[in-house]
Amino acid sequence: MNLSDEQIERYSRHILLPELGSAGQEKLLAGRVLLIGAGGLGSPAGMYLAAAGVGTIGVIDSDVVDLSNLQRQIAHATPDLNRPKVESAAETFKAMNPDVNVRTYHARIMADNALDIINDYDFVVDGADNFPTKFLVADACHFADVAYSHAGILRFQGQTMTVVPNESACYRCVFNSPPPPNAVPSCSQAGVLGALAGVVGCLQATEAIKSILGTGDLLTNRLLMYDALKLNFRTVSISRQSKCPLCGENPIITEVVDAEEAVCDLAAGR
Amino acid sequence: MTITINAEATEIPDDTSVTELLKLHEVKMPEMVSIELNGEILERDKYESTQLSNGDSVELLYFMGGGAIGI
Ligand SMILES: [Zn+2]
Repeated sequence: MNLSDEQIERYSRHILLPELGSAGQEKLLAGRVLLIGAGGLGSPAGMYLAAAGVGTIGVIDSDVVDLSNLQRQIAHATPDLNRPKVESAAETFKAMNPDVNVRTYHARIMADNALDIINDYDFVVDGADNFPTKFLVADACHFADVAYSHAGILRFQGQTMTVVPNESACYRCVFNSPPPPNAVPSCSQAGVLGALAGVVGCLQATEAIKSILGTGDLLTNRLLMYDALKLNFRTVSISRQSKCPLCGENPIITEVVDAEEAVCDLAAGR
Repeated sequence: MTITINAEATEIPDDTSVTELLKLHEVKMPEMVSIELNGEILERDKYESTQLSNGDSVELLYFMGGGAIGI
């Protein structure tokens, strides 16, 4: 692939970086990243990936834009209310950068579509808002052997960790299995600072870019915790767990199963 | 005795189990926390039987979803 004059100008601030250069920019243009969710994390992650010239951005989300989303889900604007989030996000990404091919999936990621979709990508940005989906994505990425960035946000706190399957500690090494639904704070109890989603989503975009470039050190075997109130970043070392149900020595999860079903199965197995 | 909780030195009574620590630390929803003790993730069914020792390092790692809401 040869960069056009327009691309050389558009990506000049990337190309000036010795770690990136025109070869790196070509890698980004050939790169494929899947966003799970076009919400608080997927919006900023997708926008920076689009601006960066990541050539293929997939986005899967079954929701439509709600007024209460606009405080943090910056890929959507007021005129987008009630539109499918994937449509609105795709329009935003394309307007930012016509080099980007956006593939939309107006659906929930489930056991019957997860591997087919994820297999088409080099890196997955998990911005799902619920635990059954987060565990399903972790499992599917493990079986597809695709690296992913986990992230979560709540109130003034965020966390993120990158997983390279079979090399680094996985999401289940840390969190094992989904919490019982009645333990999870309901949307009326929990809020979130909009700008916090931007910080964490941008960290995920940075990891996707580094993964495509093969440059630097990924946030593997470390959980990064960000406290916006104290403005403090801290990483906790995480090691692969031999008893991990997914990537351990005797895994009990051997295929991708539906999120709800997985919750029931694991609960029954206790 | 003194242990470290999320990088902060904390005084706790001798012979405190991990289950008791969660109460002392006022963790309201223990199901929403994964615990790392001295660099190893502690299995949930060992909280009750695991006694903390002076100098232990405990990380409370909270389950966090994406878009501010849970399930
Ligand atoms: Zn694992």
